Order: sequence, then structure tokens, then C-alpha cells
Amino acid sequence: MKAKLINFIVTIIIALILSQFLPWWSVMVAGFVSSLFFSLKKASVFFVPFLAIFFFWSVFAYVGASQNDFTLSKKIAELLPLGGNEYLLIFVTGVVGGLAAGVAALLGKQLSSLAK
Amino acid sequence: MKYLKLITTLVLTLAVFFVLNTKLGSIPPVGKFLDPVNGVWQNDTGENITGELALDGLTAPVTIHYDEHLIPHIFAENDNDLYFAQGYVTAQHRLWQMEFQTHAAAGRLSEIVGEGAIDYDKRQRRLGMVYGAERALEGMKANTDAMNFLQAYSDGVNAYVNSLDEADIPVEFKLLDYKPEGWSMQKTALLLMYMTKTLASREHDLEYTNALRIFGKENFDKLYPDFFDTTDPVIPKDTDWSFITAEQTAIPASELPLDTIAETLPKPHPNNGSNNWAISAAKSATGNPMLANDPHLTLNLPSIWYVMQLSTPEYSAMGVTLPGALGVISGWNENIAWGVTNATRDLLDWYKIDFKDESRTEYKYGDGYRETTARIEEIKVKGAKTVIDTVLYTHHGPVVYDHNFSGDSELSGYAMKWIGHLGGDCQSPFLNLNRAKNYEDYKNAIKPYVAPAQNFVFASAEGDIALWIQGKFPNKWEGQGKFLMDGSNPDHDWQGFIPQEFNAHTKNPERGFVSSANQHPTDETYPFYVMNDGYDTYRSRVINNFFRSKDKFSKEDFKALQNNTFNLKASELLPYVFEHMDTVELTTEEQEVYDQIRNWDFYNDIDGVAPSIWMNWWPKLYWKVWDEYAAQKDVALDSPFTYRTIEMLTTMPNDEFMDIKETPETETAQDLFVLSFKEAVESLNEWKAENGDYNYQAYKATYVGHLLQGIPAFSRFELPIGGDGNTVNAMSQTHGPSWRMIVELSSPPKALGIYPGGQSGNPGSKYYDNFIDDWAAGKYHSLNFMPSNEANDGIMASQTLTPNN
Repeated sequence: MKAKLINFIVTIIIALILSQFLPWWSVMVAGFVSSLFFSLKKASVFFVPFLAIFFFWSVFAYVGASQNDFTLSKKIAELLPLGGNEYLLIFVTGVVGGLAAGVAALLGKQLSSLAK
Repeated sequence: MKYLKLITTLVLTLAVFFVLNTKLGSIPPVGKFLDPVNGVWQNDTGENITGELALDGLTAPVTIHYDEHLIPHIFAENDNDLYFAQGYVTAQHRLWQMEFQTHAAAGRLSEIVGEGAIDYDKRQRRLGMVYGAERALEGMKANTDAMNFLQAYSDGVNAYVNSLDEADIPVEFKLLDYKPEGWSMQKTALLLMYMTKTLASREHDLEYTNALRIFGKENFDKLYPDFFDTTDPVIPKDTDWSFITAEQTAIPASELPLDTIAETLPKPHPNNGSNNWAISAAKSATGNPMLANDPHLTLNLPSIWYVMQLSTPEYSAMGVTLPGALGVISGWNENIAWGVTNATRDLLDWYKIDFKDESRTEYKYGDGYRETTARIEEIKVKGAKTVIDTVLYTHHGPVVYDHNFSGDSELSGYAMKWIGHLGGDCQSPFLNLNRAKNYEDYKNAIKPYVAPAQNFVFASAEGDIALWIQGKFPNKWEGQGKFLMDGSNPDHDWQGFIPQEFNAHTKNPERGFVSSANQHPTDETYPFYVMNDGYDTYRSRVINNFFRSKDKFSKEDFKALQNNTFNLKASELLPYVFEHMDTVELTTEEQEVYDQIRNWDFYNDIDGVAPSIWMNWWPKLYWKVWDEYAAQKDVALDSPFTYRTIEMLTTMPNDEFMDIKETPETETAQDLFVLSFKEAVESLNEWKAENGDYNYQAYKATYVGHLLQGIPAFSRFELPIGGDGNTVNAMSQTHGPSWRMIVELSSPPKALGIYPGGQSGNPGSKYYDNFIDDWAAGKYHSLNFMPSNEANDGIMASQTLTPNN
């Protein structure tokens, strides 16, 4: 459990720092790196970084847009199309970021197990 | 096994990266787009404008106060800084629009939206839009002030562009996955070309040539008269033209080519037009002259207009600006007010070109040949191969139609002669109007203005009112340019221009008001040839009759007139129809609808059903009259104007054109009324079954669409506004009053204004569309014309731009 928590926190911290310099795929780097150094097992390899970035992206999106009453998010949710539901857009945002991080973590895991 | 897993996860990772980083069809690159740190979430923010910024390119500090409507009030120490700040501030709110409109003008939309725009781009290139912009800039080179101002504006825009992080770029860039490229003087020239194309490219030459060939000269003259009895021209009828010493060009003895043309380019919106008027102090309830302007255009979000106050220690002007161009276009300053409507004339003509041989390097002209020059157009296409098109230029202009474009012969083509290609400085006249103090300044300011020709209405605090129809107008022979001309005959060239001082104008006319609504500029006594270019025949009469109706007018009268929805067109036809239509054949259901329209007061109000019946019925009746046109499937034709159609229906009900050719019977106007009415009722009932009651608001379904293919999420629908294309409140479904302004020349001037949009171009801003509801309801905002740099009550934020030392 502890390893999962560490991986979760480390993934978020790396993503947060890298996002200041790198484009969106910084979350992939975060998932990859944390899985290299804080290796997990089985489904956790994917799901822990997935949840970490899901959490990071959806909270970040929510906090920013809520201050503007989700004016644009509602419109984007109509355009994509997600029925104009901004919460669904936040969910999709979290899933997209999480998926990217989780998949990169799978790669990190394979590389780290190769090194052993 | 380990390696297999590694390779699998590597491929999977790359695949996920690729999919989330790439625009697929209309879906933006999802990872990049939804990234809350840099993507679209960053555009979901309020306006962040307060603060101080140090920028390269300024010579002194500039203060910008934003009022409650997010209207910037710019105070600069000199003109260069003023236009720098105008560029910076406009880009801050409208950058994507500025780039998109100039990409559209230059025929570069394929670069950002892909293959779907190739045809559009090709047409823009064929029309020589970039060529025209180049000519305009060349023409401005001599004016060093203007060049400096253009450069300062451009630097201001670029100062903003360079300050942008990935996170800050406007949402449309993120949707389409491209980056701002920055501004240049050429882009300002391109924007002005975009306006010239919108307002001064109406013509019917090729369509009329077809009509002349098919129906014969006698019919042609019957269907397309240049003047109507009721024409109430821009310049009052009793104007004395004896000061004009130049003569109209004589008609050469020559033949016109009667070619058959199957297809022509799309035309600008037929309702592109506007209203403006001014009343003298004597006619004004307050004793101060008043002026009003409402330009009619296709409505979009972000709006074509952006309101600003532009001040230096020498002057202060306020009104609407065009994002991408300098200065105020329609507005006022401490001393004067001005406004514009389109002064359409036939300023685009077609010439048949005969090439010497298939190399097309020479074309016949006079007794010999002249050389063509080739312009290679490279149309870059997002996600596909670059398209190359070669456009040949003659001394007339570009050969738009040839065997590579809508034509079939390798040895001939049609070249375009267009005012838009003649160059000329169309920017400085507005800058000089911004600082004009009186009638003389106004007159001198607009003198060099070339295109698109405008009815420049004017009023001053001194008490003058005036209207000049200003543009560069070819002095044409009677009928020149109505039809396709012979490009090899030197007599068919434009033979010169009407000297500027002989452009039609009026100053302080006895009637106490000046006005224009895109109607005929003058009556038949004006000594130069003016072809009927589709002049307004309705709004102008309602406006002029209104100002003749009483002695004094107030601001409330002005508001009421701008929002007037009286349908003069319907009122001139329907009473005749009600009198002559045979209603015996109507079913009970049809009779019900008939009673609804019979009781109409002819106002196109949103609650009524009669305006919807009219809207459905009239086009059906129109096309029953002109069935001869609808039947010509493979020939480009422009059917006669509405006014002439109604005149013929009511005064020549047995004319041969009333007959529907495909039926064995001989129909008259009376028959057409019944036939078209029955069809209208059927179609209205179908509509009703699907959509519910056809009250006019629902049936007309006015909307303001986003500039980018009308993205519904960024557009506004079913707006509660009445009117139609021919009422003073000229709001059809998508086209109408893009700005309404009323100025009283008190000291200082007081102004009301509103437009269907908002100051911010960001769909995530509450200032994106916040004017729309008030605009639709006919309300106005009182505009805060700041007397000095001191922030007053209405100011919600202030920004200082300082030189970067």
C-alpha cells in the first residue's frame, strides 16, 4: 500500500513540476519516471499513475474553470460533444491524462524489469 | 518475452502519444487540448487586464482604462504610441479573429482548416486579393506618416503575440491546432481588401449578358430599369449640378460579346448595406445636430466591430474600429461625428480576353497583342499536398475565368477590372476623420478615399451636416459595364475617372436632414452614368418619409427609426393582392392563413404570424413570376429586382412573364397569387407539424454564428429580433445591423451605441456575447466618452503600457 501511495504522490509531484516547462505529455514522462523508480505490480502499474494524473488534471481543471463559472467548459462540452456537461468534460480530461500516464508507466515498468 | 512486452508497451505508448497529440478530423488533439495546464481550460478565465507592462516600441507611457463594457479608452502621448496601443489592445481581445479574417482575405484558409477550403482559397487568389493588398501598400508608401502608423500598429499586435505562452493563445488556435503567426502592414491592407470585396464587388455583367442573349434587348430593358419613379436618392432630388464641368464619356460604336457563361463566382450578400442620417440643429429637439449610423453585415462572433476611445493630447475619437485596421471607422470626436453606409456602384467589370495561342503569353488588344504576366499561387493545405494555381494578369486585371477555372476554352478567358486592384490609401482618410474638427477637415480627410465607396455622413458641433458619396468612380459611358465587354477593344477600357470634386454630395440641405440607405446616389439629372447596382428601394423611403413627417426629432425618434420593422415592400404588394386574388378556391385551412395575413399591419414583429406567412409566400410568388429564370439550369442568371417584380405584378398583371411556361394555360398575376399562396400554406403547415407555431421569431430564427464555420457551441440562436432584409431594422436570419450608433453633438458629445456581440473574442469570457440580448431588444448603451485620462466612475480596470528601457 505504501509503495502505491508513494508512486501516486511522486507521479503528481513530477507532473506538476514538469508541466511548468513541458507540453501536455509531461504527464507521460511523470508516469514513466515514477514507474521506473517506484515500481508497482500487476494492475497497479497502470492504475496508480492513472489515478494520480486523473486526480491532478481533473482537480486542476475544476479549480481554474470554477472561478469563471465554467463559461467555456460548458461550450467545449457541447462541441466535443458531451451534452454541454462540464463535469463530464472534467471526467474526460482526467481519463485522457490518466490514460497517457498509465500507458507510459507500463513502458517504465517493462524497462525497469529489464534492468533487473 | 521481456523484449516482446517492452516493444508492445513502447508501441502502445507511442500510439497513445500520437493519438492524443494529433488533430483527427474535426477532433482537436485531445491530450494537448484538454491539458488543464496549457490547453483549453486555460481559456476558461475572466479578463485579466489590470497592471503595468513594459514593452519595446513605445516612446511614452500609455494608459488604458476599461469601462464596464470592457471598452478600452486609450490615452497616449502621440500618434505612434496610440496606434501601437490600439494594436496591442485589439490583439488582446481579438487576435484569432484578426488572423482568421486576413487568412480568409489572402486565400489561406486551407492552411488552417484543410482541404475543405481549397475552393474558397482558389477563388480569393483568382480575384487577386493579395495583388490588391500589395497595390494598396505601394500606393501608401509615399505617405510616410501612414506607413509609420501601420508599422506601429503592427508592432503593437506583435508585442502582444510575443508575450503569449502556450496556455494563453485563443481557444480557436487550440481547436484547430495551429499558432498565431503575428501581424504585418500587409495584413492591414488585406483586411481592407476583405471589406472592399464584401462591399464593392457586386456586379451582374455575365449574368446580364446571358439575360440579354436569352430574352432580347427589349425585354432586358423592361426587366432591369436603372431608375424607378419612387427613387428617393441619397443626394436630394432638387440638387443643382451646374457646378460640374466634366462630361460623361461618349458611347463608342462597337459590339459587345454575347457569350454564354454557365457558372459565376459567389456574390457578396445582397443586403450588405446600411443606414445613416444626420439632422440639423434646427430639426433637433435639443437644438444640437444629431447623427446615426447602422451598418448591415452578416453577423458573426466575434463581431466585426470593436469599440474604442483613442486619445492623444491633440484629439479624442471614439466609436467602432475594425480589428486589424487603424483608427475609428464610424464614430465621433469632441467636434464632429461621422458614419458610413455602402455607396455601391458598378466597380467591377468583365472583359473577354482572346489569347494569341495556347501558350497564353499574349492577348489581343487594339491592332496588336499585349503580354500577360503570370502569378503563381501556392495554396498550402493542412494535411495534404500544396495546390498550385497560375493566374494570368492582363492590363485589365486577373483572368479569373479560364480553362483552369470554370471555363472551357484554352484560347479565351474573362478578365476582371476591379476598383479593389487600383491601390490607394484607404486607411489615412479614417485617421484624418478621427482628428477632424469641422466640415473642411472632413471634406479633406475623405478626398483621397478610393474603395469601397461609402456614403460618408457628417455632423459637426458647429452646426453643419453633410453627406459626400466618396470613392473613386470610373467615368463610364451610358451602359458601360452592364454586360461583358470586349477586352481587345481599347474603347471598352475605363476611360478615366469622375473628378473627385464632382462626386455627388450635399451640405446643409434645406430639408434639414441628410440620409443614405444604399439607394440610388442621385436622380437622373446627375451628369454621369450610374447603373442600377441593386439599389435599395424601401429603407431609404421609410427613413426619408419619417424625417419629412414632422419638425423636430429626438434621440427616442432615432432609436425608434433604427428599430423600425415596417415592411414597405409587403405594404406595396399585399393590398393589391387582397383586392385581386380569387379566394373562392381556398380551402378552409387556407382561408384561415389568408385571414391571418389579411389582418397584418405590415410590421415584422417577432410575435406575429403574418410576417412568417409573408416570408414564406413572397419567394414562392417571386419565382412563379421568374420561372423563365429557374428553368435555365446551365446558365448563370440574376433575376430582376424585387421592386421591379412588384411593380410588374401590380401594373402589368397580364405581362408575358407572368405566364408559367411549363403549363398549357396562360397565367396572369392573379393566378400566381393563388398558386403561390396554396404552396405557401402547405409548406407552413409542414413546418408547423415539425416545429410548432410559426411565430416570426421562431420562423425567422435569427442567429449570430461563430466565424469558424458557425460552430454552434460558440454561436447564439433564435434571437428575439424583428425586421427583415428590407426594413429599416434590416435583420434577416443572419444579416443585419452590426452596430447601432446615435450621437448628439452637444459639448461634449453624448453617444449611444451597441452591437450584436461583445468586446472579448474569447467564448470563455462573459464579455463574449453580452451585448446581444440588449441589442436584440432594441436597447442601447450610453457610451462613456472620457474627457480626460482621469479614471471616472464607470472604469473597472486600468492598464499602463510603458516603454521598455
